[in-house]
Amino acid sequence: MTKVLMKGNEAVGAAAIAAGCRYFFGYPITPQNEIPEYMSRELGKVGGVFVQAESEVAAINMVYGAAGSGARVMTSSSSPGIALKQEGISYIAGAELPCVIVDMMRGGPGLGSIQPAQGDYFLATRGGGNGDYRMIVLAPADVQELVDLVIEGFDLADIYRTPVMILGDGMIGQMMEPVEFKTEANKELPEKDWATVGTGGKRKPNVINSLYLQAEDLENHNIKLQAKFAKIRENEKRVEKYNIENADIVLTAYGTTSRIAKTAISKLEKEGYKVGLIRPISLYPFPNEAYEEINEDAKGVLTIEMSSGQMIDDVRLSLNGKLPTYFYGRTGGMVPSPEEIVNKVKEILGGDK
Amino acid sequence: MAIVFEKTKGLTDKPTHYCPGCTHGIIHRLVAEAMVELGVLENAIGVAPVGCSVLAYDYFNCDMHQAAHGRAPAVATGIKRVHPNNFVFTYQGDGDLASIGAAEIVHAAHRGEKFSTIFVNNAIYGMTGGQMAPTTLIGQKATTAPYGRDEATTGKPIRMSELLATIDGAVFVERVAVNTPANIRKAKKAILECFKVQLEGKGFGIVEVLSTCPTNWGITPVEAMKWLENNMIPYYPLGNFRKPGEVE
Ligand SMILES: Cc1ncc(C[n+]2csc(CCOP(=O)(O)OP(=O)(O)O)c2C)c(N)n1
Ligand code: SF4
Ligand SMILES: [Mg+2]
Repeated sequence: MTKVLMKGNEAVGAAAIAAGCRYFFGYPITPQNEIPEYMSRELGKVGGVFVQAESEVAAINMVYGAAGSGARVMTSSSSPGIALKQEGISYIAGAELPCVIVDMMRGGPGLGSIQPAQGDYFLATRGGGNGDYRMIVLAPADVQELVDLVIEGFDLADIYRTPVMILGDGMIGQMMEPVEFKTEANKELPEKDWATVGTGGKRKPNVINSLYLQAEDLENHNIKLQAKFAKIRENEKRVEKYNIENADIVLTAYGTTSRIAKTAISKLEKEGYKVGLIRPISLYPFPNEAYEEINEDAKGVLTIEMSSGQMIDDVRLSLNGKLPTYFYGRTGGMVPSPEEIVNKVKEILGGDK
Repeated sequence: MAIVFEKTKGLTDKPTHYCPGCTHGIIHRLVAEAMVELGVLENAIGVAPVGCSVLAYDYFNCDMHQAAHGRAPAVATGIKRVHPNNFVFTYQGDGDLASIGAAEIVHAAHRGEKFSTIFVNNAIYGMTGGQMAPTTLIGQKATTAPYGRDEATTGKPIRMSELLATIDGAVFVERVAVNTPANIRKAKKAILECFKVQLEGKGFGIVEVLSTCPTNWGITPVEAMKWLENNMIPYYPLGNFRKPGEVE
């Protein structure tokens, strides 16, 4: 297949359609408007449905209805809109429905800014809604990976009956890169015999529900959910590692920030520094084992985020005190430069090469 | 022996949890009978709200969703867009529809979504123990309006049918009550008509049903029927507000 040049946000739409998604419910917010715009233009051509909802709250509840009805369905938004979707995401996780949710993060808190940021890490990885749940969170670093993860995200959602979040930022949504769409034909996925399609008079009613009035029943439901999350942690960790066995210092960053970290590493290597990288691709499940593989003599791990430090909590948990941790972050839509990272590394290493 | 009355197949055998004298049960029966009579039970997908009727998914004998508080119209939108040929309905209380879910019902009507809504107005938050609803009458006592609803600080009760009838996409709008056998028959007729509007693909339909909550009104079931008649019907007039053909 030939590559086409596409803007990240439009590539999300194209990837979803390639993956068989035929339903999209959304509400405008910068910097992800090209996703609903693309879907409004293209879904009708393939027999799908686009609805501009009255709010993000309504959009995610439409997703709940469509997902419960057995459809491949997606919604997208950016940080303040994702905050509003938390009610529906919790219901979707509780009722065990598959769907894909895209968050092109912008600066916060509050109305914040429209520039790229990574301040929704906690919200995404901790289960931003009420109750004890997690969802799969995937963080692409370039437009090709964005496409691949959207397509794979739909399969993971179906396999585990769980919402899957694609966590990007304003930068990846707006950047243009060449992409190709690789879909796995005839992939075996579980049958959706639980979906509401009408009983046809042939079976007992199917009920899409997250309510368990008896404490015992709800605890059993939670135990079942936790077993599923454990299985996800066992099977679905994704990470890119570079030179972590020989490094004097290991950088760790996800999404677009990891690309800046890579540029910084090239600069440092030219000056003779030995620098490694851990790039979590799945933020939930977090690839904690990668941090155990770091060279024991390394001086530490530097987490770089476009936030005041959120993923660093998972880095610390993964290292469990084994190595010192450092942090460099910019916020509000400010993007760290490779030079800033280079300087931070030199400050930590104190001139040791 | 000829059977003169039979429990509808539209309801499961599960005993309902409603208080004695609560009219939620009557409304369930009417909705279920209407689905059976129209032959749509087997392809019906219903949406239960948050409120006393949250467990409606256990009672209606068809595929069901349980929706977040007020979001049933959004959930039904998602269902109906995926299954345009299935019969889709929501069943919602007044706190659910007129307060927290006001945006969802208005915009489902505004888009002309082709599903039907049964709106059970009992002028109170039943499930949470009798707090004031937007539909609570002036002077009516509620646990959050202990001295009676005060117009100066809480406004006047909202008339949802009249409001929705101003929206072109709401093709069928009628208010009924279930306080007397005659009114129950009229309610059934309105529900049937409303459901037909959906089956004919004409647009959104809603039947507002004035209902009792003896428990939280603090009166007997019989008194509750009279209270509904004497207090609710004068403020919430019964009748049709919109029918197909009247939409310009
Ligand atoms: C988001 C959210 N807010 C509040 C509640 C609590 N709650 C449950 S039922 C209810 C009121 C329902 O009243 P109504 O819709 O009038 O139904 P009724 O019980 O009177 O039939 C409320 C506020 C909830 N479950 N979810
Ligand atoms: S609390 Fe009121 S509305 Fe709820 S079941 Fe009892 S009588 Fe009916
Ligand atoms: Mg009520």
